[in-house]
Amino acid sequence: MLRKTLLAATLALSAAAAAAQAEPLKVGFIYVGPVGDFGWTYQHDQGRQAVEAAYGEAVETTFVESVPEGADAERVIRQLAASGHKLIFTTSFGFMDATLKVAEQFPDVKFEHATGFKTADNVAIYNARFYEGRAVIGTIAGRMTKSNKIGYIGSFPIPEVVMGVNSALLAAQAVNPAAEMHVVWVNSWYDPGREADAAKALIAQGIDVIMQHTDSPAPLQAAEAAGVPAFGQASDMRRFGPAAQLTAVIDDWAPYYVERVGAMLDDAWESTDTWGGLAEGEVVIAPYWNMPYEVATEAAAVERSIRLGRHHPFTGPITDRDGVERLAAGETASDEMLLGMNWFVKGVVGDLPN
Amino acid sequence: MEPFVISVMIAATPFLFAAMGELVAERSGVLNLGLEGMMLMGAVTAFGVAFTTGSTVLAVAAGALAGAAMALLFAVLAISLMANQAATGLALTIFGVGASGLIGQGFIGQPLPPPVKLAIPGLSDGTMAGRILLGHDALVYLALAMAVAVAWFLARSRAGLALRAVGDSADSAHALGLNVTATRYAATLFGGAMAGVGGAYLSLAYTPMWGENMTAGRGWIALALVVFATWRPGRLVAGAYLFAAITQAQFYGQGAGLGVPQQVLAMAPYLATIVALVIISRDRALTRANAPACLGRPFRADR
Repeated sequence: MLRKTLLAATLALSAAAAAAQAEPLKVGFIYVGPVGDFGWTYQHDQGRQAVEAAYGEAVETTFVESVPEGADAERVIRQLAASGHKLIFTTSFGFMDATLKVAEQFPDVKFEHATGFKTADNVAIYNARFYEGRAVIGTIAGRMTKSNKIGYIGSFPIPEVVMGVNSALLAAQAVNPAAEMHVVWVNSWYDPGREADAAKALIAQGIDVIMQHTDSPAPLQAAEAAGVPAFGQASDMRRFGPAAQLTAVIDDWAPYYVERVGAMLDDAWESTDTWGGLAEGEVVIAPYWNMPYEVATEAAAVERSIRLGRHHPFTGPITDRDGVERLAAGETASDEMLLGMNWFVKGVVGDLPN
Repeated sequence: MEPFVISVMIAATPFLFAAMGELVAERSGVLNLGLEGMMLMGAVTAFGVAFTTGSTVLAVAAGALAGAAMALLFAVLAISLMANQAATGLALTIFGVGASGLIGQGFIGQPLPPPVKLAIPGLSDGTMAGRILLGHDALVYLALAMAVAVAWFLARSRAGLALRAVGDSADSAHALGLNVTATRYAATLFGGAMAGVGGAYLSLAYTPMWGENMTAGRGWIALALVVFATWRPGRLVAGAYLFAAITQAQFYGQGAGLGVPQQVLAMAPYLATIVALVIISRDRALTRANAPACLGRPFRADR
C-alpha cells in the first residue's frame, strides 16, 4: 500500500516535471570552423556539450559549423533565430555585425557574441583573457630559447592576436631581455598545411621555440618532427607533439556556457560583458612537460600571480617598437587599450598592417 | 635553402596529384569541379586506413579508391544522366566536405606517425643535393612520375590520342567508332583516384592528421592550375612548383622580417598565377590548341 502511494507520488512528480519541461529551451551555436578542428571551435563545442550534460532534457542545442564570416553568417543566425532558438552564441569576432543586425530584428531572442565589443539589450559579449595564458608560455619560451628567437604563427593581425604576441614577448623578455618574436601571418584560422609550412619556415631560419594563434595542431606536429619545442593552442594537443609540447593555453568555455544557459532557464538573463581569464577558469594552462624543473616552477609562479591578481601581463613601462611610450612605469593596461591594441612591443620582427 | 626546397616539393605534391588527374578528365571533355570533395574523401579514407592498419601503402590505395568512388558518382550523374557538369561538380564538393567530416569524427585529435622517408644510405643524407633530391616520402616521386606518365600517355600513346579526340570532338570520335562514354568514364575515374591520392598525401604525409576541411581550398587551386597550364602536363608541373615556391617564399620573407606588407606577400602566389596566365593567354593560338573543345559538354550518341 505504502509502496503504491509512493509510486503514485513519484509518477505525479515526474509528470509535473515533464509538463514544466515540455518545451525545452532551444540554444543555438554558430561556429567559424569545423567542430573537428581540435582547436577553437572544438573547445566551443565542448562547452555546448557541457550545457547538454548540465541541463539534460531542459535544453535542446543546435550548432552550425564552418560558417564564413560575412554575409552568410547573417543568414545562418537569422535562420536559427527564426526556428525558435531563444539563446544564440556566435563564436567568432567576424560574426559581430551580423549578430547585432539579426538581434535588432528578433528582440525576444538573446544573443551572445564571442570576442566582440558591441552590445545591445539582447546581445551580451564574452571573451577570455588568453593574453594571461600567453604570459605564462612567454615565460617558458624566454627560458627555453637558445637562439633568443621565438616564432609566432598568427592568423590575422587583429587586436586579439596582437595582444597575445606582445604579452608573450614581454613575459619572455622579463626572464631573457634578448628575446625576439618572429611573427608569420598565415591569413587563416584553420589551414593545417599552411600552418605547418609557416612553422617549418620559422624553424629553418633558426627560430627554436614555436607558438601559434591558429587552430590546428599542425604547427606543433611540424615542431615535433623538427625536434623543436612548441605550445598547444586552445586544446591540450600533447598527443600531436609528445616530445615538443611544453604546455598549452586551453580555452574552457563550459563554465560560462552553463552559467548563461542557466540564467536563461531562470529568466534572469541580462546583457553583460564578460572577460574571464585564469582566475575564472576560462583560460587553463595544461600540465608542464619537456622542460627543466626550474622553468616549470617559474611559469607556475607567473600563472599563480596572474590568477591571484597580483600581476598584470601589461604593466608599464611599455614602449612600442616605434619608440612611443604606451604605458608609464607601474601603470597597467586598461581593457579598452587591450581591445584596440594595434602596435607591437620592441623585439617583435614582422609586419603589422593597420 | 635546403629546407625551403624541401618545403616547396612537399607543398607542390597535393596540387600535382589533383591537378594532373583533373587535366586528364578535362582533356576527355569532362569538367569536374568536385576536386575539393574528392580530395577530402581521399584524405579521410586514407587516414582511417592508416590509423587502423598502420599501412601507408594500403592507405594510399584506399584514398585513391575513395576518390574514384566519388568520381563514379559524378560520372553516373554527369556522363550517363547528362546532368550539368558544373552543378554536379559543385554538389560533389559540398557532399565530400560533409561526408568526410561525418566519417572522420572518430579520428579527430588522433595523430599519425609520419610516413617513412626513402633513404639511400650515404646518398640521401650525405650531401645537400642528396637530401633535397632523395630524402622524401615515396609520394613526392610518385607525383612527378605520374606527370611524366600522363605527358607520355597524352602525347604519344594511341589511347591518349583517342582520349583527346573525345575531348575535342565527341561526335567525330563517336563516328570513328571510339566509345565516348567509356573513355570519359575512365578519365573521370582516373581524375577522382588522383584527387584521392592528393588528399591522402595531405592527411598521411603533409600534416599527418585528420581535420575537417583540411584541404582548405587546395582543390580549387588545383582546378585553376589546370587552366594555368593550358591543359599541358609539363606546364602543370612548372605551375604547381611555382605556386608552391611563392607560397613558401612569403612565409620565409615574413619570418625574416623583410618589411614587405604581409598582404602583399600573401597575394604574391595568386598575383604570379594571374600574371603568368595573362602572358600565356596573349598567345591565342597556344591556348586554343590545347583547350579541349568539348569541355563541359554532355555527349548523346545520335545514332
